Amino acid sequence: MLRLDCLRSIYSELERCLVITIMGAVAAELQSLGHRPNFFYLQHAMGLASSTGLGLALCLPDQKVIVFDGDGSLLMNLGGLSTMARYRPKNLVHVVFDNESLLSVGGFPTATGTGTDLDGIARAAGVPSVSTVRSVESFTKVVKDAIHGNELTTIIAKVEAKGPSGFVTDLALLENRFQFRRHIQSLKRT
Amino acid sequence: MPVSLTSSKVIYEGLKECDIRLVSALPETWLVHLIRMTDEDPEMILVRLAKEEEGVGVSAGAHFAGVKSAMLMQNHGFLASINGIVSFAHLYKIPLLMLISYRGSLGERDPWQTQGGNVTEPVLRALRIPYFFLDAPETAKKCIRQAQTLAESSMQPVALLLTRDLMWEE
Repeated sequence: MLRLDCLRSIYSELERCLVITIMGAVAAELQSLGHRPNFFYLQHAMGLASSTGLGLALCLPDQKVIVFDGDGSLLMNLGGLSTMARYRPKNLVHVVFDNESLLSVGGFPTATGTGTDLDGIARAAGVPSVSTVRSVESFTKVVKDAIHGNELTTIIAKVEAKGPSGFVTDLALLENRFQFRRHIQSLKRT
Repeated sequence: MPVSLTSSKVIYEGLKECDIRLVSALPETWLVHLIRMTDEDPEMILVRLAKEEEGVGVSAGAHFAGVKSAMLMQNHGFLASINGIVSFAHLYKIPLLMLISYRGSLGERDPWQTQGGNVTEPVLRALRIPYFFLDAPETAKKCIRQAQTLAESSMQPVALLLTRDLMWEE
């Protein structure tokens, strides 16, 4: 299963969500499908995409927030998983692309490649709905269900360690950040 | 407990008067009253963290949502947050109001706090984070308001160091 195919399969669903991604391949691939003002790419600060999604979801309970996380990033902030589970916002969907490696820096294996079980960790942390998917069909279904559902959901998507050849795009970090906030403020006025 | 309830109330009122609606926190002795007040206030969202760096992400999310936030942490929590501050708050120009209990400074009796006390201000200076001392109840509210204003206008982290004189009654 390729991450890009997963993203493509739910791209149309993202229109009504506030989307936060981690750095590297996830950000570059989502942008390659077409950037939207409701997408924010956290191009550094590994681990904090999920915490950002939590803050956003708690402050905007009527907006669906979706975080595209990765195994390397989540392993850097496992405590944040327990914080997410503690507040379990119903409007937060947490997708973890697990390619068992730190792809952006050369593909070094992460601990999920040697047996660390993020699905089990998320369950044990207290996330109310957790699933692992290995096909694009299942990915599409569980993500759609979670977006239309009403509880904090973590989805571990096992994907191949393949990504784009480069990660720098022509969207400046600050341009993205200001556009994202302005978009959210415009939602509040309507 | 000799943590000053009076000063904690003044600080909390200062936060409320700035329209702070979300507070992230990790418990530390000097902050217990502030965390309890936040928890008991239905107008406030309290996010109890596992590690302080998460608070940078939570506050960024709140900022995107248009909600003013504050972070309550010990100076060791600030030290634990540095990458988040540099590669999120600084990189993306996110305003952060950080209220940091300044342990390991004058009068500190706990040996384990002392190294952090030594490096807090040098690290704040190295990171070019504007910082000010919250050291008297008479000036605390004004200082909080001004720090919050500066964080918003400069779109960067601003630190308030909560001193022993303010937080501790012996």
